[in-house]
Amino acid sequence: MADRPVILQIKQVVKNFGNVYAVNGVNLNIHEGEFFALLGPSGCGKTTLLRMLAGFEFPSEGSIKIDGKETRDIPPNQRPVNMVFQSYAVFPHMTVFDNVAYGLKVAKTPREEVKKRVQDALALVKLDGYDLRKPDQLSGGQRQRVALARALVKRPRVLLLDEPLSALDAKLREAMQLELVKLQKAVGITFVIVTHDQDEALSMADRIAVMENGVVRQVAPPGELYESPNCRFVADFIGRMNLFSGIVEGQEDGSKLVVSTELLGKLTIPHIEKLSGKLHLAVRPEKLRISSEILPSAHFSFPGEVDAVVYHGSESHVYLKTDAGPLLCATLTNLSRSSVRPEKGERLWIGWAPEDTLVLSE
Amino acid sequence: MSVRSNNPIGPLDYTRRTWMRLVLLGTFIFLYAPTVTLVAFSFNDSRRNIVWRGFTFKYYEKAWNNSSLVEAFANSLTIAFLSTLISVILGTMTAILLWRFRFPGKAGYEGAMSLPIVIPEICMGVAMLAFFSRIGWPSGLPWPLNLGAITIAHISFSFPFVTVVVRARLASFNRELEEAAKDLGAGEWQAFKDILIPHMRPGLIAGALLAFTLSLDDFVITFFTSGPDTITFPIKIYSMIRFSVTPEVNAASAVLIAITLVMTTFALWFQSRSGGQSGGRAHG
Ligand SMILES: Nc1ncnc2c1ncn2[C@@H]1O[C@H](COP(=O)(O)OP(=O)(O)OP(=O)(O)O)[C@@H](O)[C@H]1O
Ligand SMILES: [Mg+2]
Repeated sequence: MADRPVILQIKQVVKNFGNVYAVNGVNLNIHEGEFFALLGPSGCGKTTLLRMLAGFEFPSEGSIKIDGKETRDIPPNQRPVNMVFQSYAVFPHMTVFDNVAYGLKVAKTPREEVKKRVQDALALVKLDGYDLRKPDQLSGGQRQRVALARALVKRPRVLLLDEPLSALDAKLREAMQLELVKLQKAVGITFVIVTHDQDEALSMADRIAVMENGVVRQVAPPGELYESPNCRFVADFIGRMNLFSGIVEGQEDGSKLVVSTELLGKLTIPHIEKLSGKLHLAVRPEKLRISSEILPSAHFSFPGEVDAVVYHGSESHVYLKTDAGPLLCATLTNLSRSSVRPEKGERLWIGWAPEDTLVLSE
Repeated sequence: MSVRSNNPIGPLDYTRRTWMRLVLLGTFIFLYAPTVTLVAFSFNDSRRNIVWRGFTFKYYEKAWNNSSLVEAFANSLTIAFLSTLISVILGTMTAILLWRFRFPGKAGYEGAMSLPIVIPEICMGVAMLAFFSRIGWPSGLPWPLNLGAITIAHISFSFPFVTVVVRARLASFNRELEEAAKDLGAGEWQAFKDILIPHMRPGLIAGALLAFTLSLDDFVITFFTSGPDTITFPIKIYSMIRFSVTPEVNAASAVLIAITLVMTTFALWFQSRSGGQSGGRAHG
């Protein structure tokens, strides 16, 4: 993706409403044909950033370039981008056909071409045959697809989607996630999707920008984001994480870091970068191992007592209170129907391979 | 149906309780008996309005041949039409102004705008009279210009009603719809025409209907702003019944009722026809 030309260049963009800084110095380069996700908790400025791309808000500072062109003076109706709104904003007084045709009619496209392109767009989102329905005769998922078709029919350079799936139920959402990805690959248009659902971002996007309080904390492909978060916030926000703080004691053979933690004692972790001072250590629950005996010597291993077991269907989360103090969470995959799960109060060993430890700055 | 009536009466099935039906019936009689009587007696073959003497159309004929009554009727309809048209335009623009923009003194403006709704009509009538005589509003203009003063007075008390109704309708508008239209390439005016107006339509119709009936039957304010050659229908009726309530008055009133009914029905029909469109869900 990185070798493709940059289509959206966001440079030092700041947006404040009075003294609320919704977006506070964002730099992003989004490439052509990319499926890009803006991920972050509620109120972190995702929608504001997207609305600036669409032209409904103006950056207080900084610049946004689309296709190399500065957008400051381009009104929304002249930008080569289209948006799928969070509420879908399907025009309630128009039929599905008229909704999808609206953008083409406004552009004074010849009638025959309008008809053809609308039919194609409806077929693309699997709504053929629904032309004459009114939006209130459609389900939420269908309305969402009308909004999608209405934006796609304009053949934008970039399609912006603001939490397009948040109003759908879990099953439908998953199906639509797959469809959206397929659709994006088929039409080849750059998608920028806003979501607060990390699963959605991880499963759909080529690259994800994680935002917090108007600032982008990390931009990376899903795998990298999950396995190598660059800060505590990202580690904690994406997936589950066991986190503990520690202080660097020293370096060993140049490739190992000795960290003393308050409760788990001294840990030696493979880490090339030289660090000092306070930092955070993190381990994903699925990297933890539980055993009735002490783990092999290459592992960290701590004895403890099972505090709770939470069943999630495909997996179970085992919370283990170590004798040293911290509560650690491990996920066990329920591999067979008769999988035996630990029980509350059971005494076990818990641990992980040192190389699975993440070292995070504050 | 028969299955339903065998069902036990649920706690909220008020319409199926006898006492409730009786109350309903009583209310209907109370509300509509005077009107029904009025219309019925317009067909009464008697000079007085008290005893039924047989059926006739002659008072309709008489009312029709009473040129000053017909003129008053025409005046009323003209004023109502003009004042409705201008009130709807003015009221809608005010509603959009109040809904869309923030400006200093907005609260005060909003309060002042709804003043004509709460001010006693008699005060407004006197104020209008004083105003028009102070600025020396010309009298003796040719028809329909001579109705100007009354029309202006009517606009001033009916447009706030339009504003209130349209504003209420606008409150349910999803701004994203307008943004979506612009996103798809529509300019300011086109988005207004294609998206906002269809949404406002029920409010526009209700507001117009309100303005029309307010103007048509206004007596107090009109009384203070009318001159000898600008008599409206309510004022004409008033001057006629000062002598006696003849079936001629009944006949004229019945025609007015018929016109109002037809208009209301038309408006309701129009609204329900477009209601499925613009009344639809604004959100997901
Ligand atoms: N028009 C506005 N006026 C004032 N403050 C605003 C405005 N729009 C957004 N904000 C503020 O900016 C911040 C970011 O809002 P934004 O809508 O971009 O968040 P978001 O990331 O999209 O959140 P969510 O996931 O809840 O949709 C919030 O604190 C919000 O209160
Ligand atoms: Mg948002």
